[in-house]
Amino acid sequence: MLTPILAVIVRDLRLALRRRSDIASVLFFFIIVVSLFPLGVGPEPAQLRKLAPGVLWVAALLATMLSLPRLFADDYRDGTLEQLALAPQPLGLIVLGKVIAHWLISGLPLTLLAPVLGIQFDLSGEALAILTVSLLIGTPALSGIGAIGAALTLGVRGSGVLVSLLILPLYIPVLIFGAGAVDATLTGTGAQAHLSLLAALALAGVFFSPWPSAAALRIALE
Amino acid sequence: MSDRLFNWYRFASPQAFYPLAGRMIPWFWALAALFGIAGLYVGFLVAPTDAQQGEGYRIIFLHVPASWMSMFIYLVMAFWAGLGLAFNFRLSGMMAQALAPTGAMFAFLSLWTGALWGKPMWGTWWVWDARLTSELILLFLYVGFIALQSAIDDPRRADKAGAILALVGVVNIPIIYFSVKWWNTLHQGSSVNLAKSSMATVMLWGMLLCALACWMYSIAVALMRVRRIMLEREKDTLWVREELAREAS
Repeated sequence: MLTPILAVIVRDLRLALRRRSDIASVLFFFIIVVSLFPLGVGPEPAQLRKLAPGVLWVAALLATMLSLPRLFADDYRDGTLEQLALAPQPLGLIVLGKVIAHWLISGLPLTLLAPVLGIQFDLSGEALAILTVSLLIGTPALSGIGAIGAALTLGVRGSGVLVSLLILPLYIPVLIFGAGAVDATLTGTGAQAHLSLLAALALAGVFFSPWPSAAALRIALE
Repeated sequence: MSDRLFNWYRFASPQAFYPLAGRMIPWFWALAALFGIAGLYVGFLVAPTDAQQGEGYRIIFLHVPASWMSMFIYLVMAFWAGLGLAFNFRLSGMMAQALAPTGAMFAFLSLWTGALWGKPMWGTWWVWDARLTSELILLFLYVGFIALQSAIDDPRRADKAGAILALVGVVNIPIIYFSVKWWNTLHQGSSVNLAKSSMATVMLWGMLLCALACWMYSIAVALMRVRRIMLEREKDTLWVREELAREAS
């Protein structure tokens, strides 16, 4: 069962590494969006600390969303996806592999960048650690849920805007608990409850979302 | 199946359902008008002025039914969508498509009347209360469904893709609702909780009558819309041409 997943992950990573600029542009989008907020709301450290969790999390949401169309679009265009759908392995497992690869390409780098950007917002060491942990736990859910939207909008007119309409409302729980964990650390109530709920969302998201995504891919390929 | 007293599957075909829907629509309009007049009569003339909220509370006679309908219609839409996905009925996708705009309208109406009620009662048009926020997200889900369906040209694919989205949305609605609720309580939200006075029976009756009116209205409008969708999608078939010829003459 693991072989097809691993094969897809390795393949997608290799493809992504040959087009590094795609990864880099998403990361720079994240950096630029986060850096715009202090310019917009003013440089007072107290205010920035208050805004930091929400800003970083919303920026991570938007950056993930920007990278979603690439999840299936290239494979759809050159016919690979059709071959994958014909393969004897369940399409859900292949989608799971693609979701994991997408997380390694977009979610993980975002997580690693976040503490550096958090320093711009004058976050304490503890808050930076919780921010990183919350992104580490939460971004897999973003990739998982996002795969459904990417599969539903495959080959559809204006799919870039459409995917945001479909997916952003579904991201709301992840945003609430992710930003809430950092917020709770800042106010001193402890992030434990938020992180547990976030982990539950991520597990459920990654486990269940490949199946509706696979169903949506089959509809797109009909 | 022919030995059954009545074959329900017959009406899964647009051709059979079209005239049936046409016959039902006037009845539902009549019921909607009847319940609406009764509800408004009870709401405006019979129900007493509220001790705490004055006359302004009367907007709940529209607000509460609209909120109920917006949630209920999403469930019905997802039900039709799931049925269509499971059994490949053509009609199911059409019903889901026909219900979505009505549901979105009720979600919007609920937010709007809520804002109108909130201004005199809470002193503000909008608060990030759990119910308001989840109603807003419900409106977003409707908008996503409508946008996805209208972006896909092939109606069969649009139905199926919309069905998957509706089902994913239904699974997510409780998660979204509870996350928003917990978020709100964790934030020590503005304490806007209305002192729960047990509602007078006559007010409850007014509200139920208005809810029934909204219900009948939704059915009538959805049936009218589904008839148009049928004609549009099946415009190349013989029965549509005959039907149009009959309506023109």
